[in-house]
Amino acid sequence: MRNVVVVGASLAGVNAIEGLRERGFMGQITLVGAEHHLPYDRPPLSKEALTDGVEAGRLALRPAAWYEEQGVTLRLGEPARALDPATKRLWLDSGEQLDFDGLVVATGSSARRFAHRLCGDPARLCQLRTLDDAQRLRDQLEPGHRLVVLGAGFIGLEVAATARTLGLEVTVIDVATSPLARVLGEAGGWFSELHTAQGVDIRCGTSVDRIEPRSGGGVIVRSPGRDTLKADLFLESVGATPAVDWLIGSGLALQDGVVCGPDLRTSHPDIVAAGDVARWHNELFGESMRVEHWTNAVEQGRHAAGALLGERESYRSIPYFWTDQFAAKARFVGRADAADDIVVERGDDSAVILFGRDGRLRGALCINAPRRLARCRLAIRDGMSWADAASDLATCA
Amino acid sequence: MAIIVKFDPSKCQGYANCLIEAPEIWDFDEDNDVALLIQDVVPDSLRVKAEASARGCPAHAITVENQSDA
Repeated sequence: MRNVVVVGASLAGVNAIEGLRERGFMGQITLVGAEHHLPYDRPPLSKEALTDGVEAGRLALRPAAWYEEQGVTLRLGEPARALDPATKRLWLDSGEQLDFDGLVVATGSSARRFAHRLCGDPARLCQLRTLDDAQRLRDQLEPGHRLVVLGAGFIGLEVAATARTLGLEVTVIDVATSPLARVLGEAGGWFSELHTAQGVDIRCGTSVDRIEPRSGGGVIVRSPGRDTLKADLFLESVGATPAVDWLIGSGLALQDGVVCGPDLRTSHPDIVAAGDVARWHNELFGESMRVEHWTNAVEQGRHAAGALLGERESYRSIPYFWTDQFAAKARFVGRADAADDIVVERGDDSAVILFGRDGRLRGALCINAPRRLARCRLAIRDGMSWADAASDLATCA
Repeated sequence: MAIIVKFDPSKCQGYANCLIEAPEIWDFDEDNDVALLIQDVVPDSLRVKAEASARGCPAHAITVENQSDA
């Protein structure tokens, strides 16, 4: 293998490059990215970047000199358009063709869109995925203005908390009965209380059926059976979809992401995938999953690099992530979907929520309790029984 | 060969990813929301975990070096 192309100027892409070089790969590496920026860190976009300012330099994952030192040819601002695995070629939007011996697919995910169909002037709606999105949002965060957030997921809640701290009036609307319902189920109600106590208007079990442009800026948001809301600013944060449009028709196996084996190789042996875009079989949980977390992008990027160079080890992981909202530092480890046992333990400023299935501990949400989280991760790895978990781990100090 | 873990507490943002990756090397001060390095010279058997804790720190507060480099 002499020539590797990494598609996706992302956290997973940068770590794939690092993984290749650390393993002694001396060949050519080309990094293709849709955005003009050097790869940057996304978690601050909903928090510090909105309060302290969006600076591409400070958010960059690696300084510009690093790419030179690593011998990486940068092709930024050039989205990949198509792939032919059989001839090992890909095409950029410009029509230019790139040949490769090995390919890393690390294109991440894109913000899902829903509200633009309800609005006569979609340009008035914000979303938050990229650095440019964050800049646009920050420019409009005026204290005293009303922000309406559609979607009580992590991005929506983090922006709501940041905006409220900056002095905006904030309403969050979600059709589910509690925030973060997709990940946490009913346990997401904890976040409803957190936000309500800080003066955020949380409207769960609420849909939006019309968004009308207002003269003088902003929009009017109409929900069946609820008061009409006048919003100076509207953020749509209704989840993400894996960025695989450019791979449709390529022959690469796709199913809610790029389908990978346990070692992160795709249906083509010289093509690997990493990060949000990769759906792989996680042997630790015995199921296929796709994980949109920061650490997953770091570790999968490195693992995929090894797979490209012939390593055949399975990528086995217990996913974890964090979210900071107001004074709550919430951290989650494992899986909470389809839990048949849930126990909630509350302390003064902390909470621990455990999720079990088939008699085993499978996931844990720890709020302001990082030491407990670390214990839960070990317990999940070791297959701790639900009975032991509920008695040993649920007690708040 | 032993390895040396270097930690800059002033950069620590309290993510606790280090503790999750390598509980043998890290602890956490929950009152002050800052990581605690409990072992700065670690045996080679913990290299993989030490490196994972450095990579997993979004605040870039952790570096890992070979002892002979020091």
